[in-house]
Amino acid sequence: MTRATVASFLVPVLIIGGAALLALGNAALPPTAALHVSVFVISLVGKYLCYAMLALALDLVWGYAGILSLGHAAFFALGGYAMGMYLMREIGTRGVYGNATLPDFMVFLNWTELPWYWYGFNHFAFAALMALVVPALLALVFGYLAFRSRVSGVYLSIITQALTFALLLAFFRNNMGFGGNNGLTDFKDIIGFDLHADATRNALLLATAIALAGAFLLARYVVASRLGKILIAVRDTESRTRFLGYRPESYKLFVFVLSAIIAGIGGALYVPQVGIINPGEFSPANSIEAVIWVAVGGRGTLVGAILGAILVNFGKTYFTSALPDVWLYALGFLFILTTLFLPHGLVRVFSRARPSALPEPSPAKEHPA
Amino acid sequence: MRAFLLLVLLLLPPALARAQQVEPAFAAIASQDYDAMAAGIGELATSGDPRAGAIITALQAGHLYADAAGGLYIRKAEGNFVAADSGAPAMPDEDALKRLRVNNGVRRAVAAALGGLQLFATDPATRRGAAEAVFKSRDAALLPVLDRALAKERDPAVRLAMEQARAAAILTSATAPDAEKLAAVAVIRARGDLDASALLASLPNASPAVATAAHDGVMAIQRVLQLWDMLEGVFYGLSLGSVLLLAAIGLAITFGVMGVINMAHGEMVMIGAYVTFVVQETVRQNAPGLFGVSLVIAVPLAFLCAGLVGIVVERSLIRFLYGRPLETLLATWGLSLVLQQAVRSIFGPTNREVGTPAWMSGAVPLGGLTITLNRLTIIVFAFLVFAALMALLRYTSLGLKMRAVTQNRAMAAAMGIRTPWIDALTFGLGSGVAGMAGVALSQIDNVSPNLGQGYIIDSFMVVVFGGVGNLWGTALGAILLGIVNKFLEPFAGAVLGKIAVLVLVILFIQRRPRGLFPLKGRAAEA
Repeated sequence: MTRATVASFLVPVLIIGGAALLALGNAALPPTAALHVSVFVISLVGKYLCYAMLALALDLVWGYAGILSLGHAAFFALGGYAMGMYLMREIGTRGVYGNATLPDFMVFLNWTELPWYWYGFNHFAFAALMALVVPALLALVFGYLAFRSRVSGVYLSIITQALTFALLLAFFRNNMGFGGNNGLTDFKDIIGFDLHADATRNALLLATAIALAGAFLLARYVVASRLGKILIAVRDTESRTRFLGYRPESYKLFVFVLSAIIAGIGGALYVPQVGIINPGEFSPANSIEAVIWVAVGGRGTLVGAILGAILVNFGKTYFTSALPDVWLYALGFLFILTTLFLPHGLVRVFSRARPSALPEPSPAKEHPA
Repeated sequence: MRAFLLLVLLLLPPALARAQQVEPAFAAIASQDYDAMAAGIGELATSGDPRAGAIITALQAGHLYADAAGGLYIRKAEGNFVAADSGAPAMPDEDALKRLRVNNGVRRAVAAALGGLQLFATDPATRRGAAEAVFKSRDAALLPVLDRALAKERDPAVRLAMEQARAAAILTSATAPDAEKLAAVAVIRARGDLDASALLASLPNASPAVATAAHDGVMAIQRVLQLWDMLEGVFYGLSLGSVLLLAAIGLAITFGVMGVINMAHGEMVMIGAYVTFVVQETVRQNAPGLFGVSLVIAVPLAFLCAGLVGIVVERSLIRFLYGRPLETLLATWGLSLVLQQAVRSIFGPTNREVGTPAWMSGAVPLGGLTITLNRLTIIVFAFLVFAALMALLRYTSLGLKMRAVTQNRAMAAAMGIRTPWIDALTFGLGSGVAGMAGVALSQIDNVSPNLGQGYIIDSFMVVVFGGVGNLWGTALGAILLGIVNKFLEPFAGAVLGKIAVLVLVILFIQRRPRGLFPLKGRAAEA
């Protein structure tokens, strides 16, 4: 077995095994035991793994196709909203107003009927499907328009940022029917299991770990395939690839949509674990933060994205509680120092991967003219 | 009560025959019957009697008293009384006096009457105000007063107001002939504002001919008003556009000309705003007299501060990232977080108060528009900055070198231009311009650490929309986006309008990936 094959088996085993150990530490050990894992840690790690899925999705497009999306959190949030809508309907008569069909915020806004786009979200399967379909559709339409007219580089980055900014503004509006500023929250249970029960938390963590491992294997398979090679060619010199007779836009579109789906799944798993989804998830700052996870870990490596997301978010959790004022400085300098001194991320430091397998810091470009 | 009135009338001493027309009004006012009082006030006001003003003013102020016999007395500020009819000092029996109370009906009559009386005031502004009041009250009873006032009036502006008031009174009167009413409709139509349209839209007892004329008038006025509305939209759009231009023009230099993605651009704007705050605080404490020019002092200082920060950033960070636009984007984003947090640490997370000097506050009416002076100043300022920047690039040695480095770096270096320094100065210039934008934005936005974030996406939209590397495109793009935004707002609301503009720009970039004015030739390939 080659090194690469070993890695592609080792990473999922580590993710799932680690999550299983934590869940076991919570479920099997009594609260008094030294190794007992609190439910707080369980949901925290669950959250990190969801972020890792977003990072993985971003690495797929940025690291392998050269598309720096500054709006990837939008796909994450859309998946989250799809799941949130299901959880909202699942509350049923247990809401503050006790309305069987209308979520609380609609009753509060004096709505009398469920908007059409909320139909079907009382079924888990439909909501799960929508968590994939909605981000995929948005990515398809947006990507089709952008790649067809050869919008690339920073232009693409800026319009992806504008996209998530527009969605942020839209979801803030009360009459959009997604809970406005407050978003969706107060969830009770998911397919019949109480969301506040430890067992459900453990199950969600395991589900996230399995989804992340699956997404990793899928991404690994895609980038190792012939299609992946062409993607790398597009990343490094798009015009040359086009002259060789390939259609870069089709390859980019495929990987963009795939990436949006992975991000959407991450969002859908994120919402039941944190218990809320609100428009803040669409904010451009979130998307850019996701980029730094990938950059810290090492873009174009997939493993690096997962590692970066977990490490940076662990740092964020630590700093925001211990030294809240320092966190923004730390994050800011992380951006600056990573780009200046660590262009290939941590993975490059710790591995002896062949340099040619990793992307150049940026698509080769002339000095500004 | 009515019988008592009659009795008073019958008992009037013949010696007062000269003022006979007014005396019943006195009695009516003294009657303490609200309807009678209102009628009496109207009668007194239209009589042209010289005593009317004092009496009605006293009633309004609650200084008018009546005794049991119907005699009216005005209590002076010192507490003594004068007889209302003669104006002579009087010593009535204070126990028998009753202060005259008023209800809303009487109050209206008093207001209308005072309006009529002020038509004869010596101050033209008061007369004009009175005419406006009559126009709004549309009291047909004031017609004779208006006619007399018109006969005496010489000031053309006041005359016009009086004629309009007269027309309004005629249109409400039940007895005026159609010919007069038609003429009145024409006068009101010529006035052409919302009040005029409201008046014409609700004419009481109008004949068919008058009603048709009034309807035509309403239509004509609405058309004119719509035109003004549109002009107002253009003005607000221009105002928003100038704000966008100010925020984007520095970016047009760093991103457009140098090709550097500076996500910390908004923070340069923020630094400018905080410089304004510091300058104002210093001025307030040390030289309050200079407060009016504090903004003028702040402009060059903001330019220098933000420009200096820009040069430092270029030398210490950006120069290592040339040719790697995506990395530059990330590093400058990190820089923006650091700058925000630094300002938050120094000045606190809350909004800071930046005052508006007197010469920038207020508004001037222009036709059917109200032009707020701070908006106007910002528009002018934006265009001055733009013109100065164009002149600098076009006519100075520095500008020449900047353009040379932009167009062909290697050739410029071969000609002896120190390109690294030009890079630093260009970046400093772009940042400095952003700082000056901060001075202007401090007037219309909250000065907080997050000030810059709100503008960064809009600024990039403007630069990309206008065409990278083209300052004219940036200017036109900013104005266009501003106006489109303001015209979408009434249909879609502010937020949806903004979303629509974002979507429009995203779609526009699909059609023209290189902006409104793409660079042509060799420069376009870079």
